[in-house]
Amino acid sequence: MAEYLIKNGFVFDPVTGVKGDKKDVAIRDGKIVDSVSSSAKVYDAAGKTVMAGAVEVHAHVAGPKVNEGRNYRPEDKLFGTRVRDSKDTRMTGGFSIPTTFKTGYSYAKMGYTVVMEAAMPPLYARHVHEEMRDTPIIDQGAFPVFGNNWFVLEYLKNNEVENTAAYIAWLLRASKGYAVKVVNPGGTEAWAWGLNCLSVNDPVPYFDITPAQIVKGLIEANEYLGLPHSIHIHANNLGNPGNFQTTLDTFKLAEGYKTNNKFGREQTMHHTHVQFHSYGGDNWGNFESKADAIMDYVNANPNLTIDTGNVTLDETTTMTADGPFEHHLTELNHLKWANVDVELETAAGIVPYVYSPDIKVCAIQWAIGLELALLAKDPMRCFITTDHPNAGPFTRYPRIMKWLMSKESRDERLNTFKHADKVISSTLLAGLDREITFYELAQMTRAGPAKALGLAGTYGGLAPGMDADVVVYDINPEGPFTGEDIERAFTDASLVFKTGTLVVENGRVINNGNKRTLWVDAKVNENAQVMRDVEEKFLKYYSVSLKNYEVQGHHYIPNPYAIEVDATSEV
Amino acid sequence: METVTLTIKKTPTLMLEAEAISPDGLAGKSLDQIKALPVHMGREQFTIGEYFDVTGATSATAGETKVVVKGDLSRVKYLGTKMSAGELVIEGNADMYVGAWMSGGKLTAKGSVDGFAGTGMKGGELLIEGNAGNYLGSAYRGDWRGMQAGLIRVKGNVGSDTGYFMNGGEIIIEGNADVHVGTHAEGGKIVIKGNAKSRVGGQMVEGTIILFGTVDVMMPGFKYIGDEEIEVDGQKTVMSAYIGDLGERHRKRKGESVYGKLYLAKAAPADAGASRDARLARAREAKKARFVPVEGTTSA
Repeated sequence: MAEYLIKNGFVFDPVTGVKGDKKDVAIRDGKIVDSVSSSAKVYDAAGKTVMAGAVEVHAHVAGPKVNEGRNYRPEDKLFGTRVRDSKDTRMTGGFSIPTTFKTGYSYAKMGYTVVMEAAMPPLYARHVHEEMRDTPIIDQGAFPVFGNNWFVLEYLKNNEVENTAAYIAWLLRASKGYAVKVVNPGGTEAWAWGLNCLSVNDPVPYFDITPAQIVKGLIEANEYLGLPHSIHIHANNLGNPGNFQTTLDTFKLAEGYKTNNKFGREQTMHHTHVQFHSYGGDNWGNFESKADAIMDYVNANPNLTIDTGNVTLDETTTMTADGPFEHHLTELNHLKWANVDVELETAAGIVPYVYSPDIKVCAIQWAIGLELALLAKDPMRCFITTDHPNAGPFTRYPRIMKWLMSKESRDERLNTFKHADKVISSTLLAGLDREITFYELAQMTRAGPAKALGLAGTYGGLAPGMDADVVVYDINPEGPFTGEDIERAFTDASLVFKTGTLVVENGRVINNGNKRTLWVDAKVNENAQVMRDVEEKFLKYYSVSLKNYEVQGHHYIPNPYAIEVDATSEV
Repeated sequence: METVTLTIKKTPTLMLEAEAISPDGLAGKSLDQIKALPVHMGREQFTIGEYFDVTGATSATAGETKVVVKGDLSRVKYLGTKMSAGELVIEGNADMYVGAWMSGGKLTAKGSVDGFAGTGMKGGELLIEGNAGNYLGSAYRGDWRGMQAGLIRVKGNVGSDTGYFMNGGEIIIEGNADVHVGTHAEGGKIVIKGNAKSRVGGQMVEGTIILFGTVDVMMPGFKYIGDEEIEVDGQKTVMSAYIGDLGERHRKRKGESVYGKLYLAKAAPADAGASRDARLARAREAKKARFVPVEGTTSA
């Protein structure tokens, strides 16, 4: 019986409502408990901050496009290679597209214990799972992409929600996926025709369906199944001046739907990396922040959750299933471009990008990401991400926390941009005095994302019975501390317990933990039509057979954590 | 200025990575501290003292420090990498990455160096008295930021891919250059006093290449625009000017498209043309010999 007691820390836990009280946290056999015996190993956290393990809601950390990024950017790992921390760990390398080992270790050192891979092409699900298997410590799930999938487009064109749901249930099982991801709905399929969908009403060539129909249909199917997570959307028109209107149009598609799930999730739509979707102006010259319009809507509509997609002002590697956008980007910066079409399912593009503080647009993007979090009235519905690696590497989270929690640090950055005057006049940031508190940070990085993912009973909190993912940071929340103290403390945690195992001690990885792979096993009534369609498409179009498609067995998922959903009904 | 001398004692079994050996790495350190600095071989870490005898002294700053490295350094990489000031003299042949990413100071290699010398160089002066290998003054693999500034002079010949993704600075080659010169260049100047083979200025967007000798095969994307007088090492010469690579995008400056410029000797002496023809004929024969038809098949 492994027992631990973390004593005297300042605890921040939105699940139990603890706001910085000095409390003890007890762990027994991988779970949080009320109390432990006197033989428990005691850790003194006096003067330090204690939180649950953080939950990453959206990052690109495994799979073919991440690996292609590693492949075609050897320069990304030129100088960052490090020898191993301890005899049980491996050497690490890479900055914006780190090795799987660095991914696991760096998240763990920051106190993250759950990380969702945000876009899994189902055809390459095996590769995604192999990489996640090789990413130590952190529990992971992956979101298969549905927004440009031929089955989905064909079913939803005819409003066949039940068939769509049956197909989703089948694909989640086949790919061992966790949630319904939608990337540039219809637009990526249009890209195969050299086109794009820039509004929710642009028809998709050949399929003759609009992004609005795809999104609404997927919400219906998602709630029909009662999946733990809502649909997870990256809307049309990403990255273009004036796109905030498309974003609002997309938000509105979720109006009128009710959630249906047993996991305590309240939203029907999660919109990801909203920073990239909150732009005003109509060209790069008059480009400006519309974070206020976006957050006014989000604050008024509890059926929505968002994540920020903060620009970190680094050199990074953009990669997305939004194929047409990556082509647009390479035309802008003339850097190398990779593009892949994934048969009937999706596509992807990759382009390196340098977010320079000397470029006005980059600085405005930086400000918008922070504004979204600072304007959020409900921190349980707004989560911090960098859309890793698109707006910056996830290893910069502590720096974003610094900017959010210290107005002084934020203003220092804002006022020293090369085009500071223009940036200040095109954004709202200079007028925002709010500093995110430790409790709000725990909401934005722990309890909030866990709830939105339908994992509130397991992760993101310190209530008895939950998984013992516990982090101690070397910072006294009662102060005094500087912005730099925040960044340092959240980069290398003092202690990280992952399901009751001590994995990080004083910023060093000491154990590879007990990594699990999360997936959703949704049961539906037998659907002969969908199964016939699947077989037919594999015979007719796919370059692989069904047998070489499904993700099965210990090789891909040595330690599965299946979440069951029953959507069968009386016939 | 103080001088510290490192003499290699034994030949490394694998390649020795010695990033520490530069004025920046050694300045302000005692001889014992220098001997304790790390060098890497494979996945193992060793010390400078295990491979080098160290004598002399250093100054407090890199700018006041001269480093002399002696012996057979042909299995030592990264000499003078990232140096920003001072002086480094390599008295022997060295392996790859000599003076890579250097930003200042003067580096003299008295022998020959292998590939990637002056990679991503940002300033300073790199003098190679022997030959240089491939990728001189280029970008690192995958990177688009080659040599940015500074001067590289090679007394001998250079390998292929000189000035790949070059953005600025100057490379002067007194001997011959192998294939691919200034590929993807977006600035800078490359002077070849000897001959070049082929693919000179391929995919070049901006920058200058001056070739005094012959070129075996010209790129098709260059267009003759007239004769111009240019100056190299104080000598003025009238040369034929070409712009290119016309197959690439070209940015506009003040409404005018900017091109890469290639200067060729105005009228090559007749014997140069004859030797080029002879060389090409030999190349064709060699190629034919590799494709001898299998017996019993007919060749078209």
